[in-house]
Amino acid sequence: MMLMKRRDFLKVGAAAGAMASLYGCAGGGKASGHVVVVGGGYGGATVAKYLRMWSEGGVQVTLIERNPTFISCPISNLVIGGTKTMEDITVSYDGLKSKWGVRVIQDDVVAVDAAKRSVKLAKGGDMSYDRLVLSPGVDFMFDQIPGLNNAAAQSKILHAWKAGPQTIALRKQLEDMKDGGTYAISIPKAPYRCPPGPYERACLVANYFKQNKPKSKVVILDANEDVQSKKPLFTKAWADLYKGIIEYRNNSEVKDVEVSTNTAVLEFDKFKADVLNIVPPHRAGDIAAKSGLKLINNRWVDINWLSMESTSTPGVHVLGDAVFPAPTMPKSGHMANQHGKLAAAAILNLLSGQEPNPAPVVMNTCYSFVDAKNVIHVASIHQYDAATKVVQPVKGAGGVSAARNELEGKVALGWAKNIWADMLA
Amino acid sequence: MKLLPMLSALCLIAVAGTAQAADPNLGRNLAATCANCHGTNGNAVKGSGLDSLAGVPKDKTLQKLADFKSGDKPASIMHQIAKGYTDEQLDLIATYFAAQK
Repeated sequence: MMLMKRRDFLKVGAAAGAMASLYGCAGGGKASGHVVVVGGGYGGATVAKYLRMWSEGGVQVTLIERNPTFISCPISNLVIGGTKTMEDITVSYDGLKSKWGVRVIQDDVVAVDAAKRSVKLAKGGDMSYDRLVLSPGVDFMFDQIPGLNNAAAQSKILHAWKAGPQTIALRKQLEDMKDGGTYAISIPKAPYRCPPGPYERACLVANYFKQNKPKSKVVILDANEDVQSKKPLFTKAWADLYKGIIEYRNNSEVKDVEVSTNTAVLEFDKFKADVLNIVPPHRAGDIAAKSGLKLINNRWVDINWLSMESTSTPGVHVLGDAVFPAPTMPKSGHMANQHGKLAAAAILNLLSGQEPNPAPVVMNTCYSFVDAKNVIHVASIHQYDAATKVVQPVKGAGGVSAARNELEGKVALGWAKNIWADMLA
Repeated sequence: MKLLPMLSALCLIAVAGTAQAADPNLGRNLAATCANCHGTNGNAVKGSGLDSLAGVPKDKTLQKLADFKSGDKPASIMHQIAKGYTDEQLDLIATYFAAQK
């Protein structure tokens, strides 16, 4: 029954696509066709909704997502710190289905045939598309930390850098830790997902220790030379709020781990922790490389900033953390949402025979909690520059909070409510 | 003799002009960059504490944005964000939101 429905749906999609290409050259027509979106995070859910909304239902959209519900990475550090629950960061895909008519399929895409314009699903079967959007997030380069390169090690030494079961598991490790213990978080060399995220997590774990396990310590092992985001604001929070609790170590890249003793192996040193939280280096989600898309540094997808389309593979658009970032552009959920809108507008133009908008703009806002209530932000605006063909940060715009404050703590939670609705409701 | 280079220069300008022609949905696209915080089409989630922009008269939104830009209106973040957009872009954004329900 389900299969029949899917087949009929695909037939309609393919026919609409053929119509679109037949009449495409005339230009200015109504967009139609079938867009398959892989990955229902901040980028994928946004592009799916906006394609349906802006085409007024003219474009068929299938979203393929491996998880049953959306779980947000932003705000998940509050779950790890114990002031929010998983329920607070979980949102259903029902709104996308019932309100916007997005077909949501819980499955995984195992291969892309860009020449045939079809994807292969893990549960079996192929699905054809007129345009494909990959919003696959990141996958971890466990081979860079040999001791972590197996499932048993990964279930003991957590990253919790994708929200979900690991968020709960890391919280449990912290709850189980004795007072007087040490929590260490490692940060890979930039670029990595959510530049201020590790520093925020250190604050929120320290906040938990301060109130519940006051003899305990937090150590940040940063592979980078210095704090990567909001440095003056974070270092002030560490000095004011967590003196004697948080210790920051720069140039401390984790090269390996000794799993049995919870030890991080650095270049010239070792560090043993009671709770060891390793964020390994990461790259575009595996499907990007498997699809044969051109990668930069063998890690991030090279895209055209007018359309988010792969520079190597026509018809395949890539969003979010998986792309090679434009100058100063962070890998963030907010930015992935903006990529989704840029791509939706470009895809609808392309499906109706028009050029993409020649002047796209994206912007980022990122709030970090330094305790349960006080927040600091960083913001930036990026305008397309025809000379360099990338979106460039606007000089003199954007910036950071003057100081940590409770007002922005409320705004940060309001931001979450609005962006989740903007993607999913 | 100088006519030819001048003509080709004019042609280039014409071509560049065509390539730069504004997208008919530019206002919609720009306004969508605000939706992360202010809600889809400017309809902020009720009780979220963030301002809805849908249906707000254009002049009112533009004045607010100008005051953020100049620093006349104190803000936690909008003074930094408003500076990232040109006055023409802010005009398109305010026009789009004014027309939303």
